[in-house]
Amino acid sequence: MKEQMSEGRVVGIDLGTTNSLVAYMEGDKPVVIPGVDGSNLVPSVVALDPIPKDGGRPTVTVGNSARKALIETPERVIYSVKRLMGRGLEEIQEELKLFPFHLAGDLEEGEVPRIQLGELRFTPPEISAYILRQLKRNAERFFSAPVTQAVITVPAYFNDAQRQATKDAGRMAGLEVLRLVNEPTAAALAYGLDRAKTGTIAVYDLGGGTFDISILKLRDGIFEVQSTNGDTHLGGDDIDNLLLAIALNEIHAEHGIDLRLHPGAVQAVRKAAIEIKIQLSTEPIAHFDIELPNGDRYQREIPRAVFEMLIEPVLKRTVGPCKQALADAGITPEQIDEVVLVGGSTRIPAVRELVDELFHLTARGKRPHTELNPDEVVALGAAVQASILAGASKSTDELLLLDVTPLSLGIEALGGTVARIIQRNSTIPASATEHFTTGVDGQTNVAIHVVQGERELAADCRSLARFDLKGIPPMSAGLPRIEVKFLIDADGILHVTAREQRSGTEAQIEVKPTYGLTDEQVESMILDSFDNAEADFAKRLLIEARTEAETILAAVERAPQNPAWAQLTGDEKTAIKLARDYLNKVKQSDNAAAIREATQILDHATRRFAELMMEAAVSSALRGKTMNTAGEELAETVSAPHEFAPAEFK
Amino acid sequence: MFKVVDSAVPVACWSCSIGHNDSTLFCPHCSKIQPPPGGDYFSVFSLEPKLNLDLNALEHEFHRLSRKLHPDRFARALENEKQWSLADTALLNDAYRTLKDPIRRTEYLLKLLGAEIGEERESKAEKVAHVPADLLEEVFELNMQLEEMRAARATGEADPALEASLAEAKEKFEGLLKAVDEDLHAEWKEWDESDGAKRGAAQKKLVALLDRRRYLSNLVRDVNEVLGA
Repeated sequence: MKEQMSEGRVVGIDLGTTNSLVAYMEGDKPVVIPGVDGSNLVPSVVALDPIPKDGGRPTVTVGNSARKALIETPERVIYSVKRLMGRGLEEIQEELKLFPFHLAGDLEEGEVPRIQLGELRFTPPEISAYILRQLKRNAERFFSAPVTQAVITVPAYFNDAQRQATKDAGRMAGLEVLRLVNEPTAAALAYGLDRAKTGTIAVYDLGGGTFDISILKLRDGIFEVQSTNGDTHLGGDDIDNLLLAIALNEIHAEHGIDLRLHPGAVQAVRKAAIEIKIQLSTEPIAHFDIELPNGDRYQREIPRAVFEMLIEPVLKRTVGPCKQALADAGITPEQIDEVVLVGGSTRIPAVRELVDELFHLTARGKRPHTELNPDEVVALGAAVQASILAGASKSTDELLLLDVTPLSLGIEALGGTVARIIQRNSTIPASATEHFTTGVDGQTNVAIHVVQGERELAADCRSLARFDLKGIPPMSAGLPRIEVKFLIDADGILHVTAREQRSGTEAQIEVKPTYGLTDEQVESMILDSFDNAEADFAKRLLIEARTEAETILAAVERAPQNPAWAQLTGDEKTAIKLARDYLNKVKQSDNAAAIREATQILDHATRRFAELMMEAAVSSALRGKTMNTAGEELAETVSAPHEFAPAEFK
Repeated sequence: MFKVVDSAVPVACWSCSIGHNDSTLFCPHCSKIQPPPGGDYFSVFSLEPKLNLDLNALEHEFHRLSRKLHPDRFARALENEKQWSLADTALLNDAYRTLKDPIRRTEYLLKLLGAEIGEERESKAEKVAHVPADLLEEVFELNMQLEEMRAARATGEADPALEASLAEAKEKFEGLLKAVDEDLHAEWKEWDESDGAKRGAAQKKLVALLDRRRYLSNLVRDVNEVLGA
């Protein structure tokens, strides 16, 4: 095992539109924690398995296995749920036109929308919670210890409701969210870690579903965000949808088949569209070649030039936010010392050209930073922030992140206009104090409407909450003086407190979030209330340890049939048998640690046997087989005794 | 029961119970974080109220205090320390945001001194009332041109003559804005270095200059919006 000490470890999580990752600080270096399948990326896809025969609640799968269900049972799968987080009914309906999932039929106004998944319904935070729980489990498996605290990243341009929904999801997954960190800021942290830099950097983050631009000033380990801007509904998904629309329209026109009526088929086309998009980042041309339900084929080539024309309007939408961010920071493109590219969509050459143009990079002999994998850099930065919070590493002692609120906070004034009380790009935590009074004699309530956004009219801004100041002592109109304090915390989430100053009474506040779940609702949605309990955790570890033991025991059982067995010395064979018998005995116990240890001993004893098999496979490959089949065989034979989590063994 | 150490409003430290004055962020005895102090934004940075500030020193102090106060430093602290870290850091950030910007700093100081300063969010009617007398004619002319331009934009017509005239007006008003800023600089120095009646006179001039500046900068913003700059 990597480390014995894992008590109170804080992990960093990138909860992405397309993929999610969990990372931690190993010494002074952030690393991504792989899943059981060895992959660093967990696709942000959640599938509901068929109802079990005994009639119980169906299980939920997450990641690659859920993605496979997308084509077979699309009505039981949901992806890109991040685009639905913290949003109201109407907004979601607009968004859902592009996706195969549906809202539950009986939603009431003001309710957090629920998505129909098979026979069950889930709110977006619940779906996100399943993804978070998977990441939590991956980390626990890796550490062999419970993980209960996390830093989770969000798009910098996420509003209050979207942030709150993300925090709720963490709680449902059994995670205490120590901090929400903005994704571009996290990326800057990951890049800035190894070199104490001074300068101004721009982070251009075009992900699967969101776009952010942040401008930061670095000085002596302090990362001070100057400005941020973005679009929470702009990303790779939009590019996929453009390609998808072309294919669906042409299939309809040329073959007379409306695939939109077949959700599974649409997902197959979407998969092809994504592959074409990825290919076009390195190839000049790519092809659709899809078998249609009637046996026809839809074939079409997409040259890169056509693709770039197609996506230009999407990419152009990132220009406005970049210019605004520069203006808000009060600087010109020439004053940007470095540009960091984040998000899978920044692999597209046209995106890089656009960034180059925006910040005059080539003209100044500069290149954008892409050294860290754009899919992983946000999670790595989250791990750095987690380490800062935990005070866990010397390398992060001197670092401090000073972030800003992306949107102005205001209250609705007379005539429906907005009175701004905290300007956008204010460093958080930030606060504002406002005074209110009554307009009618004896009035005991004052209603306050809080909004977020840059527009002049409250109706055009995002409604955050309606507060009712209650229990004001009856006085003449204009006499009460109610002091209301608005505080945006380090997560970018608003808190409100109020006091009537003339009488000294605390005015009660009834907070009605316009979008979002109440505390009680979140409580009732906690995925498995026993998830944190030691007993439950131990049980899960035990099951996992036994599964690993069974896997290696089965492989050892088959070993004597392999020609490589004959090459072992008598001592080696005895050692293997002894280790096998020991493991067989220990695995009956309830001691997960002992089982794991015995598994490791057997693993160690069979190491030379595995090497011999490897050699045999390689030499047989050299005897006239194609490299391809040899590779497959190699994988099959050799991996058998070692397919479990190699990362956890020395 | 606690010993009063400082002369200002005495409070007892929540942690060590020794008394200290309420204008400090940390207990001078046990170094523990304290609830938000009572003083003004200048006192957060241990500064005398002045209009000319050394911005480098201010930034340096902001970073130094941030390192000590920020909620990131209290992630595993007691619940009350967490709350105070949040409140203190909000105060620090509000103070820094206000003091680093010369206009906000001036407005803030004048408000501390009891001056009536126009609000950013005044209504249209109030805006008209504040048109500086010497600019009345030009402002009306400009507003008419702005309306014409907006109408032209709405119908998609191009009017190069009007555009040129607006650009010219913009340049003029930007020039006036610059002149106001220079006047402000002079009055800052005057205010900082004088007292009594002279300081009072500087204060009045500052209030008037701020009103004029706000008006001009709104005009320039409107023209920029219409010109699509």
